Amino acid sequence: MNAENVRQVLAVQRLEFRKRFLGKRAIPVYLLTLIPLALFGGRAVAVLLFKIHDFSLAQDRVIYAAIYRTLILRFVLYFGCVAIFVPLFRGDILDRSLHYYFLAPVKRSTLTLAKYFSGLAASLILFNAVTLATWMFLYLAGGANVLFDQLGSFHGLSELAGYLLVTSLACVGYGAVFLAAGVLLKNPIVPALAILGWEAINALLPPVLKKVSVIHYLESLLPVSIPPSSGIQILADPASPWVAIPGILALAAVLVTIAVKRVRRLEVLYGVE
Amino acid sequence: MIVFDNISKFYGEVLGVNRITLSIGPGITSLVGPNGSGKTTLMNLVTGLLLPTRGRLSVLGIAPDRPELLMKKVGYCTQYDSFPPGLTGYEFVQATLALHGLTAADARTKAGQAIAKVGLQEAAGRRVAGYSKGMRQRIRLAQAIAHDPEVVVLDEPLNGLDPMARAETIALFQALAKEGRYVLLSSHILHEVDLLSDRVVLVHHGYVVAEGDIPGVRDEIHERPAQVLLRCDRPSLVASRIFELDSAVEIKIHEDGKGLLVHTRDAEKFYLLVNRLVLEHGLDLEAVSPADEDVQAVYRYLIEGEGPSS
Repeated sequence: MNAENVRQVLAVQRLEFRKRFLGKRAIPVYLLTLIPLALFGGRAVAVLLFKIHDFSLAQDRVIYAAIYRTLILRFVLYFGCVAIFVPLFRGDILDRSLHYYFLAPVKRSTLTLAKYFSGLAASLILFNAVTLATWMFLYLAGGANVLFDQLGSFHGLSELAGYLLVTSLACVGYGAVFLAAGVLLKNPIVPALAILGWEAINALLPPVLKKVSVIHYLESLLPVSIPPSSGIQILADPASPWVAIPGILALAAVLVTIAVKRVRRLEVLYGVE
Repeated sequence: MIVFDNISKFYGEVLGVNRITLSIGPGITSLVGPNGSGKTTLMNLVTGLLLPTRGRLSVLGIAPDRPELLMKKVGYCTQYDSFPPGLTGYEFVQATLALHGLTAADARTKAGQAIAKVGLQEAAGRRVAGYSKGMRQRIRLAQAIAHDPEVVVLDEPLNGLDPMARAETIALFQALAKEGRYVLLSSHILHEVDLLSDRVVLVHHGYVVAEGDIPGVRDEIHERPAQVLLRCDRPSLVASRIFELDSAVEIKIHEDGKGLLVHTRDAEKFYLLVNRLVLEHGLDLEAVSPADEDVQAVYRYLIEGEGPSS
């Protein structure tokens, strides 16, 4: 890749960043990210100011783990990635502006990768910020000293790093899934819901089928385990990090390769899209 | 050269264009045909926005499925009236130049030059979303020519332009052609095609029905007698002598008695006869001109299937 190619990739990313952060399609993503922020922020304020709940480090940590798993990972991150990655190509087709990219002297493979990485950067920034903020709100509810203790301890930092790692890998995996869905399918919403259903029943699936999902590997990496008494479906057969991390990266690589191959043959046919 | 070698494009079972074999050289070439005839399909094939179902296409020796090579040499002003959201005219042209890999400084300079060429300097700092149709057309034109392409493809480029902008834009196309570039355009406005084009390609129902320079295309339409308009002092003398030629089909003397319209199957013979009348009878000739050697007549004959106009 020469300097000209680098400038081209950066030009794609500038245009995409503007769309991802400033375009009208960014609104649903911001609304999604507000849900956990409002929940944990509101809780921190309620505990600190109105003392409506006694802070318990061990208990609240488990509550956060449960909410991260159900709300942040399975809902906010999932639909956030739908909203960021599906429109990378599908949005340009609907806006009838994809041809401006295709009329540039950029290889379709380079264009696809540049778009994927711009979506990835946007999602990493947004969702890691949400993860970081909600985690800090969790401990802030116990007081600033509790938060600083966590930030100053290996245990606390490794827990935070674990959540950030899961968030980042979710962006990589779901991003690749929805990039491919956006270029392969005219209406990716139905498959998005189908995949969500598949991910939701993952814990009920036989071990072989469990491994054919993103959530299985992500939940295997969560830093805090949830006791069976919580009523939340517990991962019975977690994958080791040595399997989970390369597994998600490999899945993403395969899906991005499929997307590249499709984009190479993609035609501008706005009238029939 | 832009070379179509037996190119067909089908949209599912719907025909886009079929078995197009065509070579287009430098200068201005106009694609002419009714809506849905296949003009935009041909342009989208040239620029790689569509892939042919069959056949081979090359633009200056480059296959359209190599955008990284092709689009350095080709600029395309499409009919799609849409833009990346939130950009000013200047940012739009600059962003497309950045996609070409230009440095920020070069992109700024070339964007300014292209915007000046289309006369949109004053509005360049405003959002494209607030532009009139004509301004949007011009900023798309600026985007198409900003990187100095050798091949400029323009789909209905005069649409929405006011008369002044139209004249300036036509002058721009002519200047591009004079520099030896390939200008491939489509237009419905036939008298402008006539003014502009070095050659025309008539497209109908996905087929090329004729191509070449306009008089050449007209000459090939043997089943339609040529129409020649003649203004002179004694049209009745001309009329009486014309029927000596077995090629004359119809003569209409003008109401003012100062001219006539001749339909003939052999225009050359008619011109020789007029020369003879001038020499032998001192015919005072004001004007002799072909009446249907324009793209409108060619279009009428080949595409609309009309008979000779009366």
